[in-house]
This record gives sequence, structure tokens and C-alpha cells, in this order.
Amino acid sequence: MSACPQYIIDYMHEYLDGDISREHEQVLKQHLKSCAECQKHMHQLSDTIAFVKSAAHITAPPHFEEEVMKRLPRPKNRVGVQKWLRRHPFLVAAATFIILMSATLFGRFNDNQFSVTKQPNLIDDGQTVIVPEGEVVKGDIVVKNGDIVIEGEVDGNVTVINGEYMASTSVVTGQIEEIDQVFEWVWYEIKRLASDFMALFEKEE
Amino acid sequence: MDALVNKRIKQVLKGDQNAFSDIVNLYQHKLYQICYRMLGNKQEAEDIAQEAFVRAYINLHTFDQKRKFSTWLYRIATNLCIDRIRKKKPDYYLDAEVDGTDGLNMYSQIAADDQLPEDAALQMELQDRIQYEISRLPDKYRAVIVLKYIEELSLQEISEVLDLPLGTVKTRIHRGREALRKQLNKL
Repeated sequence: MSACPQYIIDYMHEYLDGDISREHEQVLKQHLKSCAECQKHMHQLSDTIAFVKSAAHITAPPHFEEEVMKRLPRPKNRVGVQKWLRRHPFLVAAATFIILMSATLFGRFNDNQFSVTKQPNLIDDGQTVIVPEGEVVKGDIVVKNGDIVIEGEVDGNVTVINGEYMASTSVVTGQIEEIDQVFEWVWYEIKRLASDFMALFEKEE
Repeated sequence: MDALVNKRIKQVLKGDQNAFSDIVNLYQHKLYQICYRMLGNKQEAEDIAQEAFVRAYINLHTFDQKRKFSTWLYRIATNLCIDRIRKKKPDYYLDAEVDGTDGLNMYSQIAADDQLPEDAALQMELQDRIQYEISRLPDKYRAVIVLKYIEELSLQEISEVLDLPLGTVKTRIHRGREALRKQLNKL
């Protein structure tokens, strides 16, 4: 063997790997025919492979699967929250909506501008709205950041936000409401939205 | 089978831990066999094979589903086995090639401690003898020989499992075969 070139042994391995070229195979075959030493080497290699391949199949011990499952880390909470959010898209949308809505509602409450519903025959001096004696206002009146004094008649609802309602012998056919708390303001806005909403449907019918 | 495996992987990724048991069931014997052949010890093989599944579970999100799952799984297992073998080794590095030699390392220079007397090896049962001879191989040759002749993977797959170029895999298989041949023929 010592006299034989190294490439003959390389060819043997190429042959055993199954990727020997035709030329190399020819060279190898020719050489093996004439060299007993290399023939022996080749046989020993084939026997070695057969020896390793005769290894019995080994199977995992019983309960292997259970043992693996026991060793797995518990699923994380973060995943749970994500799953919950994904499963309840409507609740998530509703919560987002309420947060955004309340922000605008509080914003509106803090807006200190005086305002009043435009109605003919109302007198306003920038602070107080007066329904003069002997006059009849047809429709609702909403006063924001100001007071209202009713001496005549109102054929509708009266709402006072952040202000005072003062009346003596007045006649109001609708409801009278005074609002000066944030909570009441929100409640009032929600009711307003709801009734607007209802009105929309009533119109459609 | 790949379709089923990918389906289970998706379920696990969605948080269904139980879907992983099917994956374990499919690959447990192959993985355990690799570990046993690499380590030569049943307790260690069981421990490392379980650890490999646990790591696969934890890192499942990094697995590219266009690739072959078994290749990825074998890679985790062989890496763990090689780490384990190296931890058991003495300080000096037996794999280091001796200067001025080609492919000769410290293994060829010293007699291993766990080497048995010649006739004791000859009297072993065939199956024990096979495992004994495999365990005498240096770990880098052992990995390729186990994957090639016991798991019967292609050279291409072995190169993916071990993350080595195809040429290196071939060289290691050639040297592994020669080393085994010498062991068996007492050269």
C-alpha cells in the first residue's frame, strides 16, 4: 500500500460516496486488479461500512414524549393577553372609541365660551339670557357658560350648562335641566348622541 | 409528513402547546438514536434528546418553514451532543492536529484511557462492539459517520445539519472511515 499513490485511496472514498467520475472509476478498477494491497484496503473499508450499518435500530425509552412535555416551559402571559385581544375585537374597538370620545367630551366641557341657542326674541348681554315678559319662545334653548332668566314663556326644553336657571312666574312646557358637573355633562352628551341616533332611525322609517 | 409537521408548528406558534407532542412523537426515536450513538450512554442520550426538543420548542419561531424540520432538529441535537462530549474531555485538546502532520491528531499519538485490551473487544457482543468502536472515534468524525451510516442522511443533508461545507463533510467521512478501518483491523 505504501508504494501506491494517495489518489487511489481518494478514489476509493469517492467510490464509496457514490460520486466517482467514470475516468476515476476506470483508473481505480485497473489499479485494484493489479494491486493486492489496495484490494485489501478497499475490502476493509467496505467491511467497515457494513459493520457500522449493522448497528441495531435504537428506540427512545417509554414515556419519553411525556417527559419532554413536562420539561417545556409554561406558555407566557403575554401570549394570553394578545390572544384575548385578538378574540374580542369588538370590545377593543368599543374601548378605544370610549377613550377617544371622553377626551373630546372633556375638552368641550372645559371650553369656557358663552353660547346660546339662536332664537328670535331672546335678549342676551354676554352673560345672561333673558326671555322677556310677554314673549313666547318656540323651541329648545341651550345656554352654555351663562345664566338664563325666564320672565316670559318657553315652548320647549331649557338646558343650562355651567350656569344658573332663574325663573319667577315663567312657563316652560318642556324639561328644565341644569348641568355643572363633568359627570353630568358626559351623561348629557351621551343622551344627546343617543337621541340624535334614534332620530336618525325614526326619520328613515 | 412535512405538511403535518408544518401544521403542528403553526399550532404551537399560536400557543397550543399540546400540538408539540405530535412533533415529539414523530421524531423521538431518530433523535434519541443520534444522541445515543454520539454519547454511548442511555441516561445522557435521554437527557440530551429531551433537551433538544425543549430547545426546539423555545426557538420554534426562528425555524424557517420552507426548510426541512428534521434537519433543523438534528442540528440542535448534534450541537448539544458535541458540547457534552467536549465538556467531558480533559484539558488538552485531542482534536488539535499535531504540527507537521496531515490529519493526524492527538488521538493517534496517545492511547485513550477507556480503550479496552484487544481480546476484550473481540469478545464483545456485536452490538456492544459497534457502539464501542463508534465511541472511540473523535467527535467530529463520529458525527458524520453516525449521520451517514446510522441515520442514512445524504451528504447534502449532513452538510446542512452540521453547518459545514460539503467538501469538509466529505473529508471528514473519508477520515472517519479510515479511522474506523484502522480500529477494526488493529493497524
